[in-house]
Amino acid sequence: MQTLVDHKVDYDDYELHLINTKKFKTNTIALKFSRPIEREDITKRALIPFVLQKGAAKYPTERDLRLELDELYGAKFSITSSKKGENHIITFTLDLANEKFIEGEDELLQKGISFLHEIANNPKLDGDQFDSNIVEKEKETLENKINSIIDEKMQYANMRLIDEMCKGEKFGIRSHGYLEDLDEIDAQVLYEAYQKMITEDQLDIYIVGDLEEEHAKSILESKFQINRNPNVSIRRVEPKEPSEENDITEAQKIQQGKLHLGYRTGITYQDEQYPALQVFNGIFGGFPHSKLFLNVREKHSLAYYAASRFESHKGLLFVFSGIAPEKYDQAKDIIMEQHEAIKKGEVSDEELEQTKKTIIHSLKETIDRPRGIINWYYQQVIGGKEMTNQEMVEAIQSVTKEQVVAVSKRVQLDTVYFLTAEDGGAEHE
Amino acid sequence: MNELKIPRINESIYHDRLENGLDVFLYPKDELEKTFAIFSTKYGSIDQKFIPLNEQEMVTVPDGIAHFLEHKMFEKEDGDVFQHFSERGASANAFTSFTQTAYLFSSTSDVKENVETLLDFVQDPYFTEESVEKEKGIIEQEIRMYDDKADWRLFFGTLGAMFEKHPVHIDIAGTVESINKITHEDLYTCYETFYHPSNMQLFIIGNFDLDEIESLVRDNQSNKSFEDQKEIERDYGDEPVQVHKQQEVIKMPVSTPKCMVAVKEKPEALQKEVLLENDLVRDIVLDLYFSKSGRYFEELYQEGLTIDTLRLEFVLEDSFGFTAVGANTMEPEKFSKRVKEMFLQIKDEEIDENDYERAKKKKYGELIREFNDIEGTANNFMQYNQMGLDFRDIFETLENLSLDRFKDNLSKWVSEEQIAICMVVPEGE
Repeated sequence: MQTLVDHKVDYDDYELHLINTKKFKTNTIALKFSRPIEREDITKRALIPFVLQKGAAKYPTERDLRLELDELYGAKFSITSSKKGENHIITFTLDLANEKFIEGEDELLQKGISFLHEIANNPKLDGDQFDSNIVEKEKETLENKINSIIDEKMQYANMRLIDEMCKGEKFGIRSHGYLEDLDEIDAQVLYEAYQKMITEDQLDIYIVGDLEEEHAKSILESKFQINRNPNVSIRRVEPKEPSEENDITEAQKIQQGKLHLGYRTGITYQDEQYPALQVFNGIFGGFPHSKLFLNVREKHSLAYYAASRFESHKGLLFVFSGIAPEKYDQAKDIIMEQHEAIKKGEVSDEELEQTKKTIIHSLKETIDRPRGIINWYYQQVIGGKEMTNQEMVEAIQSVTKEQVVAVSKRVQLDTVYFLTAEDGGAEHE
Repeated sequence: MNELKIPRINESIYHDRLENGLDVFLYPKDELEKTFAIFSTKYGSIDQKFIPLNEQEMVTVPDGIAHFLEHKMFEKEDGDVFQHFSERGASANAFTSFTQTAYLFSSTSDVKENVETLLDFVQDPYFTEESVEKEKGIIEQEIRMYDDKADWRLFFGTLGAMFEKHPVHIDIAGTVESINKITHEDLYTCYETFYHPSNMQLFIIGNFDLDEIESLVRDNQSNKSFEDQKEIERDYGDEPVQVHKQQEVIKMPVSTPKCMVAVKEKPEALQKEVLLENDLVRDIVLDLYFSKSGRYFEELYQEGLTIDTLRLEFVLEDSFGFTAVGANTMEPEKFSKRVKEMFLQIKDEEIDENDYERAKKKKYGELIREFNDIEGTANNFMQYNQMGLDFRDIFETLENLSLDRFKDNLSKWVSEEQIAICMVVPEGE
C-alpha cells in the first residue's frame, strides 16, 4: 500500500492541505467551513448551501453558474452541509479534469480556484443582503426537504432516536435545521449568518490530485483572498456516561417497524481503543458477515435489514433494523444477545480475521476516491489525531480478541426507539 | 498481448483473444489500491429468441430468463459463492441489462484468488429443479418491488410505447407469470448457448501484476474444454421505424405525476460506422438543451412544467436505440406537448459556435473525469467492444465533430412518427 501524505501549510486564517497523488485524472478542491453547532444558527447554516448554488455576483442565474462549469470542461460542483461530532461543516467541492490531459489548456486549476472564490466570496446581493427572491424560494426547498424526512422511515427513525438520546446535548441538534425557524429567516438575517461563516469559521482547504505543490500553493495564495478573522475552533466533547435505558415507541401508518438502538461507547477518534471499536462494530453489525445480519436476518428471518454503525467524535453506536411490528421483543432480545455474546468472548478467529480484512478493504477503497481521501483526512482534523493510512491499517491488524471484548464491555445501551404500525401489528399475528 | 495505448491520458490497456475465443482486457493502474474485475456475456434480456447450441430451429424462452440465470449462478452444490469473496474481504456482485449479463468483484488483496473464483464460478453452472423453484419466490418479490417504483414503471412504459416487436420493451426481470414457466432445462439451454467463451469478455482494471494475471487467466482457460461455436443466431423481430403507440398512461398511487418523452432511433443511426458519433451527438444535444445549463430546461422550469432536474436517458445499441427526457411535473400533458415540440424544432435551431465549443469542452472534460471511475471505465470499454467498437475512438470522434457535422447529424434525427410519450398519473384521475 502506498502511503499518502497530507502536506499542510498553515496560514493565519486557514489551513491548506495538499495531497499529491497520481491516482486520478482530476484535481479536486474542497473548502470546509466549520464551527461548533448551535441551535440558534443551525437552520440558517442549513439554508446557505441552497442559496449560494443559485447564483453569484458574477453568475447571476443558476444557468449562468452552470454554463461557467461547462466552460471549465464540465467541472462538477456542489455545496453541502453536515454534522461531525458537535460541529457543523459547510463544504464546497469542485472536481476538475487535470489540465495535463487537455491540449492547449494550462490554467484550468487556476480558473477553478477563481470560480470557487467567486461563489464563496461574492454571492449575488441586493444592496447589503441576499436576493430575497432566491432566499424565499430556497426556504421552500429546505422546507420540502425537512417535510420529506418523515417519508423516509429509516432516516426518520434515526433522527428521532438521536433527538431522544441526545436531548440537551449539542449533538442532538438537527443538522438540516427546523421548520419553526424558517419564518424568521429573511435575506438580511441569512446574509449575516453567511458573513459570519465566511469570516469567522475555521477553514480547511484541500487540493487532491497529480499536482505540482508549489504551483498549486501559489495559485491559491494569489486567487483565493478572503478577509477573514476566524474566532472558533473544533469543539471536542468528553463522552457522556449512559443514562438509565430509555424506551420510546411511536406509531404511524406503516407496514414495517423500525427498531433503532443507541449505545454510548465512550470511545472517540483520539482514543487508543478506537481501532478495537472499529473491529467490534464490524463483528457486531457493520457488514453482511456480522453477527446482527447473520442472526437477526438470516437465522431468525426477523428483519429485512439489521446493521450497526459507530459515530467517531461523540462516542456513539447505533443499531438499525427493519422488523415486523409484532416481533419487537424477539428482535430486541436477539440484538442484545449478539452484544452479550461478544462480551463473553464468543468471537471466532475467522470472524476476527474476516472483519479486519473487510475494514482494511473499505479503507483502501475510500482512499481510491478523491472525496474519500478528503473526508478521511478531515476526520483527523475533527478528531484531533493524525495518522497515515499505513498506520491505520497496522492499528486494525494488531487488534486482538481481548481488546474487542474490552470494548464490548464499554459499549452500553442508552436508548431504544421503536417506530411501529398504528395497529401494533395486530393483523399480522 | 497487444498494447492498446490511450494517448490522451498516457495509459495503456492490454488485450488478447484466447484460443477459446474469450476477449481479455487487462488495464493495470499501479497507483490504485483496488482491483475491479468483470466477466460478462453478450446475453441480456432481449435475447429470448435464438438458435440453441447444436440445434437448427429457433426457440423462444420465457421472459426474464437471463436475469433468472444470473441469480442462479451464485448458488453451487457446496453453498453460496459470495462467501468465498467475502472471506477475503472482497465484494462480489452481478447485473443483467438489455444486452449483457455481468459478474464482478472488487478487492484490495488476494487478486489472483478472486480472479480464479470469478472465472470458475461463472464457468461451472449448477442448476437443479429444486433450486430453480426456490428462486421463483425471491424473484417474484423483486418484480413486485419494481412494480411499486414509479420511475421504473415510467421507463418501461416509455419503452413499451416505442417498441412493438423488439424485446427491449419487456421488463428485464420478466413477469411473475413468465418466470414461473422457467425450468432448469431452460437455464441449461441458455447457459450452453450464451456462456461460451467466444461470446464473453473479461476486463480487469486496477492494482495487479500484468504478467501474473495474464498467465493465470490463460492457464485457467486452457485447462477447460469448450466445443467450437459459430456466431449465435438471434431474432429481435422486425421493428418498424414508427413508434408502437404515441402515448401510454399508467395509473398508480403517486403524489406527483411523471412524464417521459422519447425519440426512437432509425435503424441507419445504429450502424457500426456511425454509432459512436451518434452516441456523442445525442449526449451533447441533451446537454445543450435539457441539462441544468440548457436552454430548454430553463424554459420548462420558467413555465412551471418541471419541478426539479430533468431525467435524461440515451441508449444506442446495435439493435435498438432511443433518447428520452423525463420529469416530475404537475402538468404532464403540457410537459409532453412542449418537449415534443422541442424535439421537433431542434434541427432548425441556430447554434452559436461558442455554445457548441463549450458543450464539446464539457464532454471532453467529462471523458477525462470518467477515467477516475474504474468500474465505469471497464463498462465503457466492454459495452463498445461487444458491438465491435473501440471506446478509445471516442476522443477522436469528439475532436472531429464539427458544428456543421453536428447540425447535419441532427437534421436526420427526429420525425414525428418516432416520438412516444408516457405518463404516470395518480389513480382516480
